[in-house]
Amino acid sequence: MTGTSKITRYAIVYSVLSAATFVSIFPFYWMIVGATNTSAEIVKGKTSFGGNLLANIERLLEQVDLGRVFLNSAGLAVAGTLLTLLVSSLAGYGFEMFRSRIRERIFALLLLLLSVPFAALMVPLFIMVSSAGLANTFVAVVLPSIASIFIIFYFRQATKAFPGELRDAARIDGLREWQIFLHVYMPAMRSTYAAATIIVFMMSWNNFLWPLIVLQTPEHKTITLVISALTSAYTPDFGVILVATILATLPTLVLFFVLQRQFVAGMLGSVK
Amino acid sequence: MRSKIAHGEQINGWLFVMPALALLGIFLVYPILWSLWISLQVGKGSNLHFGGFANILRLFGDKVFLHALTNTCVFFVVQVPIMILLALVFAVMLNDAKLWGRGIFRTAIFLPCVTSLVAYSALFRSMFESDGVVNNGLMALHLIAEPIQWLTDPFWAKVMIILAITWRWTGYNMIFYLAALQNIDQSIYEAARIDGIPARARFFRLTIPLLKPVILFTSIISTIGTLQLFDEVNNITQGGPGDATLTLSLYIYNLTFQFMPSFGYSATVSYVIVVLVAILSFLQFLIARDKK
Repeated sequence: MTGTSKITRYAIVYSVLSAATFVSIFPFYWMIVGATNTSAEIVKGKTSFGGNLLANIERLLEQVDLGRVFLNSAGLAVAGTLLTLLVSSLAGYGFEMFRSRIRERIFALLLLLLSVPFAALMVPLFIMVSSAGLANTFVAVVLPSIASIFIIFYFRQATKAFPGELRDAARIDGLREWQIFLHVYMPAMRSTYAAATIIVFMMSWNNFLWPLIVLQTPEHKTITLVISALTSAYTPDFGVILVATILATLPTLVLFFVLQRQFVAGMLGSVK
Repeated sequence: MRSKIAHGEQINGWLFVMPALALLGIFLVYPILWSLWISLQVGKGSNLHFGGFANILRLFGDKVFLHALTNTCVFFVVQVPIMILLALVFAVMLNDAKLWGRGIFRTAIFLPCVTSLVAYSALFRSMFESDGVVNNGLMALHLIAEPIQWLTDPFWAKVMIILAITWRWTGYNMIFYLAALQNIDQSIYEAARIDGIPARARFFRLTIPLLKPVILFTSIISTIGTLQLFDEVNNITQGGPGDATLTLSLYIYNLTFQFMPSFGYSATVSYVIVVLVAILSFLQFLIARDKK
């Protein structure tokens, strides 16, 4: 390749990547700048910082019980993540370590059910939850997501790399199967759990449609439900909305920067 | 003795998978079968009676449903190829180890993936006002002469949704291609370079064929995702203007929770998505088998 064409090629590469970076980052900048401006200024496209941040926060606090909302979102995400990891990793381990023909068939059936869209479930799930008296409860939000075929599959795949000798040695030492799972398997699979934690936490923190259906009263609202309600107002107050958007994005953003490698591993693994 | 051990293995096997299977039975298998049964019922609220295929026939005469189906198909037919192509281009560019600032570009393009669908929808809603920042930017660049009516024009509202989804998911797909590119043996490229094959030909005749399985995989995953599109249209346009951005999932939601509920009919509409997803998953299965 000649020198000039190499320069042209790099010029193209850098312009394309810089444009992509600008487009990817700009909305984040806009979110922060917008949170300091009034709604009228945001609608007019003002791109510089203003002095309205405190007023926006104040109005958000007037409209919603922010502490409550955050606690709801965090509680649902933490409880959902712990239960999903426990139940789904148990199953992934069980399917891989104890083979039987019936369970292999069941596993194959689960993989078929993997692609059932939530839209097909929401009507019957809503009726079930209502008739069980669980409408407008956090239990109803968490329960249907605990056994996740995605995560079961993810753990089964990861378990293939778990050395059988470790289990055999533990058996000779007289450990029971559940003790082996708890004291040998779980510590050995730390990185798998880390990646799965991120992906499940993201899913529950950002969950929208099912909580929208189940949770009705203000004291049950999560941060995504609050943002949605603010946005669907006849004249949305964008200053307030963007403050709420920052609050909703911050936890996952921090998670991403702290655990970047596991984050990407989780993304890649969760759909493989 | 041996049979006793085998027996114990069997019991342990069931104990480990049982909690998950019980939950999946209650919250997945049962609702699917129930929804199939409800889809044969007609009537409003809890006043349901058996209607056979009446709901399926109703689909064909339901203009709003046909509108939602067309919109959903427009979204994935237009959006998925654009996004896949962009993600591929970025991934190939970033796969160059000598590229300065590689990590920064990669992180920046991936960053939209950490936002929640509702949060970024609200964010995009605030950018697309008629005097808003997007129109100002496009006008400053002389790309448009007058403001685009993103929120009130049926055509531009669809474009806005497509732009939003592309922003959120391109980096996600790019990560898959980067991972796949790193698994390609670099000596193939060395050999091609020594043979004097130009960069463009290397991209189309080496990279694309080698990445074909990942490209097909991500296309199908993205298409399935687009078929279920809800959060964005619900929070950016509420399906409007008119029904210009109404999707199947949003229509099901409206049928069930906004209007006087007709559970049977909304279950029927949901089965349209099931059938479309099933066809796509079957295609994916065929391709995966083909690969082996």
